[in-house]
Amino acid sequence: MDAGLSAVAGEPSVASSDFEIELQLLVEAIYLKYHCDFRSYAKASLKRRMTTAMGRFGCATLSQLQDRILHDPAVFAPMLEYLTVQVSDMFRDPGYFRALREQVLPQLRTYPSLKIWVAGCSTGEEVYSLAILLREEGLLARTIVYATDINAKALQKAEAGVYELERVAGFTANHHASGARSSLSDYYVAGYGNAVFDKSLKKNVVFSDHSLATDSVFAEVHLVSCRNVLIYFDRTLQDRALGLFRDSLVRKGFLGIGSKESVRFSAHAEDFDELAREERIYQKRDGAA
Amino acid sequence: MSTALPFGPVRAIVIGASAGGVEAIGTLLQALPAELQAPVFIVLHLPREQPSLLATIFQPKCALPVKEASDKEPVAASTVYVAPPDYHLLIDAGPLTALSADDPVHYSRPAIDVLFESAADVYRAGLLGVVLTGGNQDGAAGLASVIASGGQGVVQLPETAQVSYMPAAALQRNPSSRAMTLADIAGLFAALPE
Repeated sequence: MDAGLSAVAGEPSVASSDFEIELQLLVEAIYLKYHCDFRSYAKASLKRRMTTAMGRFGCATLSQLQDRILHDPAVFAPMLEYLTVQVSDMFRDPGYFRALREQVLPQLRTYPSLKIWVAGCSTGEEVYSLAILLREEGLLARTIVYATDINAKALQKAEAGVYELERVAGFTANHHASGARSSLSDYYVAGYGNAVFDKSLKKNVVFSDHSLATDSVFAEVHLVSCRNVLIYFDRTLQDRALGLFRDSLVRKGFLGIGSKESVRFSAHAEDFDELAREERIYQKRDGAA
Repeated sequence: MSTALPFGPVRAIVIGASAGGVEAIGTLLQALPAELQAPVFIVLHLPREQPSLLATIFQPKCALPVKEASDKEPVAASTVYVAPPDYHLLIDAGPLTALSADDPVHYSRPAIDVLFESAADVYRAGLLGVVLTGGNQDGAAGLASVIASGGQGVVQLPETAQVSYMPAAALQRNPSSRAMTLADIAGLFAALPE
């Protein structure tokens, strides 16, 4: 096996099954053809998603799927869904939003204008949660939110701000538990089984394509919220993403990650201080590069 | 590192349960010998809103350290890992424990199938999969993966389980797995040599 191929997995190649060999070749093929980089994604979740995709596209092997993806670009977009989308709930982990409300926003309030980056926003549930939180705290009008993802279809859905009505009861309970100062029903109109969220919430939201694997810093921000994204990355890519967050953050800026994620074991552990331990909110350490 | 069972060496154990599982798993953990080298991974279906107290509940019953699994953490020998609520627990090459927020499987997150399938990829023939009491079919496909990779399957004898549906589904899908009472599975665990 040549050096280039073993670099695909970001670690010495130990592919022990045909499936693992095919997976390594497939992510390399996707990278070469579409410049989407899954080479440093955590393998166990990727395997599972690829297996689901094989079923969806009627392929018996990953090699067959690779053939389809290379020769039929129309297959790639739906394929990307399988690789990237994960559905979150609005105000998932209400304690996180409560901690933002009580510990982070009072400090951000002192800035004349704010910038927030929601990295890996997927279909937008977290973006609207933050927008509602900011409005409740009187900060939305002076905030710009960058909502980024690598999946164009997910970004479209995020921008639309339309969610199935049956999910809204759960959203409402979460919102309430986050220390809400208003009713979630103030922010959407129900119709035809959907909840359409108020357009004014996204007036200052910029939805855009950005890859934590291949793109670089694009703005200086006061808060990065990136939840349940790092768990899909291997250690190398986690370190890259955390490096981008550190470099994007203003002095003493804030970082929020998923409730089971941590910066503790990363190469950037020294760049962040714990602000809210349980809620996984960190503050960039003074002097961190 | 390997532990000889009547049917082959065991490098890791995966256990899945749903309704009635707290009690059943507690019984098994009590039977784990302190000398056990193999790591043990547990998925128990839980209401997703609640913070997990499982490690706290199970620790007093178990001679080995019991902890909630975290993301990308190297697997330690002689340790019991419990999946956190609202995340899938997977085993990745390393071996590492890994978490995902992917969609629920069989309405469950964590799902037994997700753990078993990923662990089968890593531990192959060295894996022992155990499906216990529960009210849905999660675990049946996962146990099939364990067996297809050369590993061994044990299922709680359905008529002795608090809820028989899950072990019955696992047994039906995997006729080569062994149906045993909880006491016999505990005996099997207690007899795991160093």
